[in-house]
Amino acid sequence: MRIVVQETPFDFGAEAEAFGAGRGDLGAVVTFTGVVRSEGDRSVSVMEIEHYPGMTEAALTEIAQEAARRWTLGDVLVIHRYGPMKPGERIMMVATASAHRKDAFEAAEFLMDYLKSRAPFWKREVGADGESWVSAKDEDVAALTRW
Amino acid sequence: MNVLYFAWVRERIGIPREDVVTDAATVNDLVEELRAREERYALAFADVSALRVAVDQKLADFDAPLEGVREVAFFPPMTGG
Repeated sequence: MRIVVQETPFDFGAEAEAFGAGRGDLGAVVTFTGVVRSEGDRSVSVMEIEHYPGMTEAALTEIAQEAARRWTLGDVLVIHRYGPMKPGERIMMVATASAHRKDAFEAAEFLMDYLKSRAPFWKREVGADGESWVSAKDEDVAALTRW
Repeated sequence: MNVLYFAWVRERIGIPREDVVTDAATVNDLVEELRAREERYALAFADVSALRVAVDQKLADFDAPLEGVREVAFFPPMTGG
């Protein structure tokens, strides 16, 4: 298990390539990456992510450990950035590996649902209309109830 | 006790952290004390249903006890991922 919280960009290709490399027992690897988005009436020039140093790492570790308890996983990777980033830049990634795909897929979705609303990150968008904090969506909180 | 503020809570109060000397028994009691201080605190804590709290870096409820606690953080609902 590896948890990384950093300001600098990460190399998605290299991380995906290295994840679970050389392990013959892992038949499935799922990766997800979240990207800064700017669209139509919501034009974003910069997204800034604030976090709670110390608690962030602990919360991500706890979420990853919970995933490892619920599914049979060979490995888990979570990388999440903070600081300013532009549309098209990768914000975060998760990777899960398991013997069969069901565990890897479900665990990746679980990780995403939990880090949306249980990891101490706050997004602020700077765009043509000024600056605003991104509001948490009710559906993101509701998504936790399915697990 | 170290009290931290994040995102718009930090902006409304105007500082990211402060040392607070308090006998507050619970988070709710601490919120009441802070609210009574100044307008900017009253504004930040006007609607606690819009806030979340962490006690010693773990998500907690507003009725959580504060005995022995070193750090309390207030912030809006999280938007990670």
